Amino acid sequence: MIPVSFDYVRAESAEHAIALLAEHGDEAKLLAGGHSLLPLMKLRLATPAVLVDVGRLRDLSYVRDAGDHVAIGALTRHRDVETSTVLHEHVPVLAHTASHVGDPQVRHRGTIGGSLAHGDPASDLPATVLALGGTLVATGPDGAREIAADDFFLGFFETALRDGELLTEIRVPKVTGAGWAFQKFNRRAQDWAIVGVAAVHDPDGIGTRIGLVNMDSRPVRATGTEQALAGGNTVADAAAHAADGLEPPADLNAGVEYRRHLASVLVRRALEQAGAGA
Amino acid sequence: MELTVTTNGTASTHDVEPRTLLVHFVRDTLGLKGTNIGCDTSSCGACTLHVDGESVKSCTVLAVQADGCAITTIEGLAPSADAGRVGAEMHPMQEAFREHHGLQCGYCTPGMVMAAVSLLEENPTPTEREVREGLEGNLCRCTGYHNIVKAVLDCAGVLDDTPGPIAWPTPVAEPAPAGGAGA
Repeated sequence: MIPVSFDYVRAESAEHAIALLAEHGDEAKLLAGGHSLLPLMKLRLATPAVLVDVGRLRDLSYVRDAGDHVAIGALTRHRDVETSTVLHEHVPVLAHTASHVGDPQVRHRGTIGGSLAHGDPASDLPATVLALGGTLVATGPDGAREIAADDFFLGFFETALRDGELLTEIRVPKVTGAGWAFQKFNRRAQDWAIVGVAAVHDPDGIGTRIGLVNMDSRPVRATGTEQALAGGNTVADAAAHAADGLEPPADLNAGVEYRRHLASVLVRRALEQAGAGA
Repeated sequence: MELTVTTNGTASTHDVEPRTLLVHFVRDTLGLKGTNIGCDTSSCGACTLHVDGESVKSCTVLAVQADGCAITTIEGLAPSADAGRVGAEMHPMQEAFREHHGLQCGYCTPGMVMAAVSLLEENPTPTEREVREGLEGNLCRCTGYHNIVKAVLDCAGVLDDTPGPIAWPTPVAEPAPAGGAGA
């Protein structure tokens, strides 16, 4: 399996990448670690005419303590998110989630920005960034703008990134000492989650928020459960509303009803683990 | 386009199509056939080699992405120039795989060894569970995992091979509670 022919250009800086995107328009696709895009290109489901390789922009690979939040360069690899001491101290749920992406070889190449910009509802990291109420920074020809994670995932593999924009930074609030959990249910190691749940329980900070993997056509929050909790319901009762309003996919691994049930079970476990019932 | 890599210590420059996958470059352009192609979908890990010292699945990397990098393949792992010949010195991981019969048909072995070497670079004294999780990206369809895990633990110097009843592999349990306040 070999991709269709394309032209390859290596960006020397973020500005260069944005200029290249402007030059090539929608013929171009950004290449970061390539672990979402290249499999699609090998299957010829994606056939970009130009690949703009941003994988070497090391100045976009960092994890920084930025006061009330942690700032992560979009081209930070999963391995570096997984092992970041700043994240282990202040946002452990994100480091833990990164350690569940794919396998070690995938984590040596794949990047957090690439994973989020891909917008795959079956990916792990979007659920956790949603649960944290993160902010994404997109940089285009007219400068940078901030997009709330809640406004970022618009549809099936569709995000709020505009043509010509490069995702440059991900900001997540510090939830030092808060309860958290990441539940990923799959049948084999390294598989995509059949359903995944990221939960953060931070009563004195961002509150109780839950992100879901593979429970709709886009990464979503379990708003049914969040509202039930806010209304004073127990964890067990609130978890039963995990799939309210959602349209999970049916595939070889699971049907719609199975996913709905699984979501309620995993949300309950995640909330209990995060201490939301205490 | 032009591509310069240092493969197993030797630098060379080649003209490649951008769509050339690293595994095809290594096998067909460089002629190093030790790296196998298995699933071709970044699932099985047979094509694992090192780029700048870290394991990658070379079926899911473009050769041009490795421009300027150091590539190590299974052929370059052993210290000796006549590696692979009978009696030649092998890498300790290769020795451990031989000692513990960490292979059956052998197809996954080059990728398994490369993944295991990278694993020990990052975690020199893993537990059995960490070895199993660290090799989750490599499939052995002979299901010979037991001896592979023993080989890696022995190479790391942490194999407990005290004689006793048969030590069946411990089933991988649910992850321990990871939550902060809830844990």
